[in-house]
Amino acid sequence: MNTQPNHANDPSLLELWYNGGLDLTDHLYIPVEDEPQPAEKYRPKHNDAVFARHLYRYARVFNVAGTVLCILFSLLMILTVANLPAYGDPDAPTVNEVAERYVEQGTAETGAVNTVAGMILDYRAFDTLGESFVLFTAVAAVTILMERKPKKKVRRAEVISYAEDDIVRVVSRFVIPIVLVFGVYILLNGHLSPGGGFSGGAIMAAAPILYAMVWGDEQASRVFTARRIRTVVVCALGFYCAAKSYSFFTGANHLPSIISTGTPGNIFSAGLIMPLNVAVGLVVCCTMYSFYMYFRRGSI
Amino acid sequence: MQELLNHLNNLPFNYEEAVAVILFAIGLSMLLFCRNLLKKVIGLDVMDAGIFLLLADRGYITGRTVPIIVDGVTEMEYYINPIPAGLVLTGIVVSVSVTALMLSLTVRIYKTYRTLEIDKLYIMMTNWRKGERE
Amino acid sequence: MSFVQNFPFFTIILSLICAVVSFVLSKNASKWVSVALLSISSVLNLAVLVYCSQNNTDFTYMMGHFPAPWGNELAAGVFESLMALLFAFVMLMSILGGASHVEHDVAKQRRHLYWVMVDLTHAALMALCYTNDIFTGYVFIEVCTIASCALLAVRGGGRVLIASVRYMIFALVGSGLFLMGVVFTYSITGHLLFPQLREAIALLWRDGSYRLSMTVAIGLMSVGLAIKAGLFPFHFWLPSAHGRATTATSGILSGVIVKGYLFLLIKIIYRVVGVEVFHASGVQNVLLIFGVAAMVFCSAAAVGSRRLKTMVAYSSAAQIGYMFMGLGMGTEAALIAVFFQIISHALTKPMLFLASSSLMDSCGGHQDFRSLRGAGHRNKPAGFLFTVGALSMVGIPMFIGFIPKLHFASAAFGMGWRTWAVLGALVISTLLNVLYFLYTAMLLWLPVNDDNRPSFNGKSAWRHAAPGLALAVLGMAIGLQSAPLAQLLQQGIALFCR
Repeated sequence: MNTQPNHANDPSLLELWYNGGLDLTDHLYIPVEDEPQPAEKYRPKHNDAVFARHLYRYARVFNVAGTVLCILFSLLMILTVANLPAYGDPDAPTVNEVAERYVEQGTAETGAVNTVAGMILDYRAFDTLGESFVLFTAVAAVTILMERKPKKKVRRAEVISYAEDDIVRVVSRFVIPIVLVFGVYILLNGHLSPGGGFSGGAIMAAAPILYAMVWGDEQASRVFTARRIRTVVVCALGFYCAAKSYSFFTGANHLPSIISTGTPGNIFSAGLIMPLNVAVGLVVCCTMYSFYMYFRRGSI
Repeated sequence: MQELLNHLNNLPFNYEEAVAVILFAIGLSMLLFCRNLLKKVIGLDVMDAGIFLLLADRGYITGRTVPIIVDGVTEMEYYINPIPAGLVLTGIVVSVSVTALMLSLTVRIYKTYRTLEIDKLYIMMTNWRKGERE
Repeated sequence: MSFVQNFPFFTIILSLICAVVSFVLSKNASKWVSVALLSISSVLNLAVLVYCSQNNTDFTYMMGHFPAPWGNELAAGVFESLMALLFAFVMLMSILGGASHVEHDVAKQRRHLYWVMVDLTHAALMALCYTNDIFTGYVFIEVCTIASCALLAVRGGGRVLIASVRYMIFALVGSGLFLMGVVFTYSITGHLLFPQLREAIALLWRDGSYRLSMTVAIGLMSVGLAIKAGLFPFHFWLPSAHGRATTATSGILSGVIVKGYLFLLIKIIYRVVGVEVFHASGVQNVLLIFGVAAMVFCSAAAVGSRRLKTMVAYSSAAQIGYMFMGLGMGTEAALIAVFFQIISHALTKPMLFLASSSLMDSCGGHQDFRSLRGAGHRNKPAGFLFTVGALSMVGIPMFIGFIPKLHFASAAFGMGWRTWAVLGALVISTLLNVLYFLYTAMLLWLPVNDDNRPSFNGKSAWRHAAPGLALAVLGMAIGLQSAPLAQLLQQGIALFCR
């Protein structure tokens, strides 16, 4: 099943057919291993050096073709954008009833002062659900590709401990809480000001990554264990799925929803948007940290 | 010809979009024709950056401000279009995920073959003396 | 509103939840979660299909509290539910047939992630089938791409990694072009949902404004999806990806994922752009020409291939050419032929991959044509499956592969130069199919004396071949009696092209 043997001169169907390889009177099975190898002079005259020379010649053709294609394609695309509505045009087709409703009634209908947050987490929430699952898929795929057992013994010379440096240690101790608090602020204010789950989560992820860089991967993997990371991701995504299923199901079946929008502008308002931002932020934070650890170390 | 020129009447206004699509074309050509895997990944990100720049430009309206409602003013003529911003956000997240996957594939290939040049990989894969071809 | 109308949404959200849950389960449990999910999804999609065809209706499903131009939407009709049912069923059969190979090929600590990826792929395919929003389509295309690349790369080994990098590069070029097309479409229409887009595009085309950007946008979206589906000049990734993956993945990649992208393209052509605008934009002829070229050149490449699985994969590329040729013909009869082709290929190709893996096992892992001689005697179920698949691919009457060829040929008349292109390509491709598929099938049944290799004719071989047999029986049933399916497709087309 998994074995992929290198057979000398496997014939293609055409060669078999042409050389009469399918001899219907031949009832003898000849094992492949015992077949006489064709003599040296019948083999193709290729060797690695000749092949490489051919290949590099093709590579030059590739460069020229790439440049020509790039220029032609840019010309076509420039013609196309010249045909688009003018930049900054207030009468462009994109400024239609859809954008108008998002801006004019968005605050009343979703409770979010930040129209973009209201749009991505309430009006077009299915897109954003898919987007979070793109991240989840990527994390699982990177785990498949990069996960390996961490080396038991690391040679002393390879370990550079930044924590022995006073400046780095003190500054990191000072910076990590600030980064975390700033990330949480961005996360919780997603419906009120620029920000939200994705940006806040990315900022928050800087804190554990900095921790791992300064105090070493071993220490970081003792604090942020794989089990904890996995639990956080699964809980956050499960909550996201459950909340959005409820909202989609009630919306489509015209059932009343128990979620109120609250007073726009308050921190506890906008219905599900703030909890969803927190869930997305946690997922993004764990994702970024896992990417870092898998690339750095091969395991969380 | 006249018709084609009529098509182009917005070129002086749309120079930012022109830059964006040139970036897109450069990234696309890098992704297809560069002979190094890492450069292909860089090309992928350049290509995505071009798309996001174009999308962000499409949302801008001259003289208006970000679509965050202040002081209860909800008329559309004060705010830019919020939809492209949301689409760019989604696109960036997708781009990050795809880049991570491509980079991990690149790392694995480097660990297996100790090279990132497509030509060398191809030579190693297509070992002519063993007659092993697709 | 009937409760059945919730089912499309349930299939999507259920598979997302299953993926999240499988992430923390053990490897065996997650496998059974996947099997249960795919079975439930088949049943739900069948219910939707019965509902739509009995009431002769299609419906939209509001995702959230906001109606069409503002919120996301799902749409389901006969075609959508038929495709979703086909995808779920074929995936189920592929993973059941390939489960033992997965256990062999995938390392123990990653095996539960394999099943997570199967769940995610299924979610993405369901979303591609049912979506009524072009940007949701883009997002789930990406989920599908990443998940299928992981399904491919999970096997490990240098060549598989290179195959997955190739696959990924072409897939990314395709999704980049598609996203660019979406951006252009959005900036000249201002909408993202299918019905609104269609109105706006028809209006703009009548006015004649933004015609250049419209043509380029249609071209970009079509080319992007065609690259992802593996149309001829961009098919280089396909044989290595489909041929090197583990069996279940080969079945999923060739039987289902390619068709997911193709079905999204069909939806864009018929429900967004409108077939008149698509015809007038000139992209149609491009698809026809490349489809015809794919049929001829990829069949020729299959004749020249040296390995069984590579041959089967090249034949996939040729079959994809048939589908794009049908899209390029642009008539309703051709669209029915395309759907027959999708169904026939989705039922036959996973079966062929399952059979070729079993045949490979009975040859001690070799898949060159000399070793395969007489392999049918050593593994009768697999040999039988391969023969049925080969006869179907060649287009022998009574097998399912005959039906789409018949429909393509009868749809081709009265189209000027296209008639000759289509008929010529059909003839050449069928002749080449005879050369490689029938020849291989004969090779399998040649008598062999002195064979001391172990044979696999016990009960376990039949049990192993059961999912493939299910696909074969279904294919034979459709091949013998295609009238009900044709009627269903007629009904679907009346709803779809409204």
